[in-house]
Amino acid sequence: MSEKRIMLGNDAIARGAYEAGVKVSSAYPGTPSTEISEFLAKYDEVYTEWAPNEKVALEVAAGASIAGVRSMACMKHVGLNVASDPLYTLAYTGVNAGLVVVVADDPGLASSQNEQDTRMIARSAHLPVVEPSDSGEAKEYFKYAMELSEKYDTPVIFRTTTKLSHSQSIVDLGEREVPEDKVYERQVPKYVMMPGSAIGRHVVVEKREKQMEIDASGFSVNKVEYKDKKLGFITSGIPYQYVREACPNASVLKLGVVNPLPKALIEEFCKNVETVYVFEELEPVIEEQIRAWGIDVKGKECFTKQGEYSANMLRRVLVGCTDCTYEKAQVPARPPILCPGCPHRSTFSVLNKLKIHAAGDIGCYTLGAVAPLNVIDTTICMGSSISLLHGMEKAKGKEYIKNWVATIGDSTFLHTGVNSLINMVYNKSSATVMILDNRTTGMTGHQEHAATGKTLKGEDTYAIDLTELCRSIGVPNVITVDAFDVKEMERVVKESVNSDELTVIIAKAPCALLKGMKFPNKCRVDSEKCKKCGMCMKIGCPAMTKNADGTVKIDETMCNGCGLCKNYCKFGAIEKIER
Amino acid sequence: MNIMVVGVGGQGTLLTSRIIGKTALAGGYDIKLSEVHGMAQRGGSVVTFVRFGDKVFEPVCEEGTVDVLIAFERLEALRYAHFLKKDGVMIVNDTRIDPMTVVIGAAQYPENILQGLEKSHKLYTINGGEVAKALGNSKVLNTVVLGLAAKHIGFEKEEWIRVLQSTVPQKTVEINTKAFEEGYNL
Repeated sequence: MSEKRIMLGNDAIARGAYEAGVKVSSAYPGTPSTEISEFLAKYDEVYTEWAPNEKVALEVAAGASIAGVRSMACMKHVGLNVASDPLYTLAYTGVNAGLVVVVADDPGLASSQNEQDTRMIARSAHLPVVEPSDSGEAKEYFKYAMELSEKYDTPVIFRTTTKLSHSQSIVDLGEREVPEDKVYERQVPKYVMMPGSAIGRHVVVEKREKQMEIDASGFSVNKVEYKDKKLGFITSGIPYQYVREACPNASVLKLGVVNPLPKALIEEFCKNVETVYVFEELEPVIEEQIRAWGIDVKGKECFTKQGEYSANMLRRVLVGCTDCTYEKAQVPARPPILCPGCPHRSTFSVLNKLKIHAAGDIGCYTLGAVAPLNVIDTTICMGSSISLLHGMEKAKGKEYIKNWVATIGDSTFLHTGVNSLINMVYNKSSATVMILDNRTTGMTGHQEHAATGKTLKGEDTYAIDLTELCRSIGVPNVITVDAFDVKEMERVVKESVNSDELTVIIAKAPCALLKGMKFPNKCRVDSEKCKKCGMCMKIGCPAMTKNADGTVKIDETMCNGCGLCKNYCKFGAIEKIER
Repeated sequence: MNIMVVGVGGQGTLLTSRIIGKTALAGGYDIKLSEVHGMAQRGGSVVTFVRFGDKVFEPVCEEGTVDVLIAFERLEALRYAHFLKKDGVMIVNDTRIDPMTVVIGAAQYPENILQGLEKSHKLYTINGGEVAKALGNSKVLNTVVLGLAAKHIGFEKEEWIRVLQSTVPQKTVEINTKAFEEGYNL
């Protein structure tokens, strides 16, 4: 079979896993890694699941590997922080069958809270990192990563970045080859990491890394392309494409394994090429190691640690290109916004009216931080809203948080929020926590989770009841409110923040973009009755604009008929009608 | 050939660029596409790129290199106009969607965008929304715009229609084909 297909990077990674004979995959959604699991779930031969968080996902994959089948876990860069606990020690235990940890970095922050570089974590955990530069390589290198994992008895990190994951290029499809399951043997010194065995495994880790460093100069994915020997680049991943675009005649050392580095190969390249630049997005991981060997290369003094690179950036810095700076028109920004009919808008409109501050979390509802809603004051990481608010109360007392709540989505709550809520119960909090339950993992594009009743494969399963969960850990008050019932929401929030007891409010209404959502209504403005006061515009709905005469207009095709705007019109100028 | 599709999250820019990509692939070219996912989509400014040729390296188009820029909204056309090369073609869906900064009065929507762009670019405009509405489904506006753009990208009309029909949902094949024809025949 030979078929050429144009594939998204994430689709190609999934295809690589399929062809490599992966049998078990566990993941938590996170841009830009999410689609890998969604594509992989389409292959019947592969067991795939959404775990509640990345630590669980990696442990599931490790269990499968120890049991003897090829496995993988997928996550975004910040997800690796959550999974770091098993990651660092899995470097010690090594694997039985191959274990690949796919981690997607997000230079340029398309949808993340920071720009951390996974290669830094890999170095401190002493794990090899494989990095492809297009979809075709993504598929092939995944198989290579799986082989490295088994050959060197180590988990392997497979690094992708947003531009690779979310760009499409041509892939040659191959067949799935499933190796025999490895035999499981009880090996306490290898798999039970108590001090007596871990001390021995640390020796193994160091030895393995040294051996790989020697072998890396011969790895087929580390390639030298000699052309003009005056100018050369050491690069990997998507930046390789920028180098080739801007400098087709330069010599290039393209690394497919970026940790450990192939020292001999790099030394030889730098000897043969007059001026060598290290072209790597984010941290100077490669550059600093080469400099530490006493080799003179150029790097971050020319290129930033921030954002995505480009060919023009290279042209500007290097080739003295003067005509590649272009004048941009000065136009109003168009930042992302909550959709028309979004239940979060309704909840935030109430909090805004009550002048309440919110410790926020990770999800679409982070957009509640900006005008005109202006409700969220903090966003750090998954699950942090609840613990942050707890810290505020312990610092300043019960009265201080009477105009504060924590807001967290249903999926995020199950990810790591529940631990923080247990802490609140245990340590006598009086706070108000709002679970914005829209029945899905919204921001990453509607993934199932442990409370939706469906698995990643689309099968029916038990749906965790959030109310019962909160009650069972000892939350004294758990109240469910329809997110669009603003009057009831206002009453419940006021009562909760003023109470000295811990309260969880579940603000419930499905995401407006959820599949199968029907919108029987739409809203309309009676321009005769409209007094142009602009109160309805304060909810920040993108379906609403102003006519030239100052009256409000609602775009019929965009409006989902949630009727939130109607609640904010004192003059009865907005009516909700059937579509 | 460098093609850039810009618009507002939810307008169907992604599907448009995927159809262009598939058509180029059928033409035997090396091809790369770049998309936007995640939070960046939610009603925000959305950019996708399609590049094809004998060999394509980077998956994005650089400023000053775009042959055909397809803009689904006027302000977005202006925002990315500097990506066009000197003799590049600009296709603009003549509609206005106010960004939140304008809705809340923090910024002003620029006046006379098209008149300004016309002075410096080869500009073709269409009101895809109205054409689509007249056909009976306002959602196919992106196919109307694609039809107009297709003429400036190249490839046989029949090839475009074949790819279009194999990409859109079965029950919308007929209306999408009509929408493409409307744009193409303009």
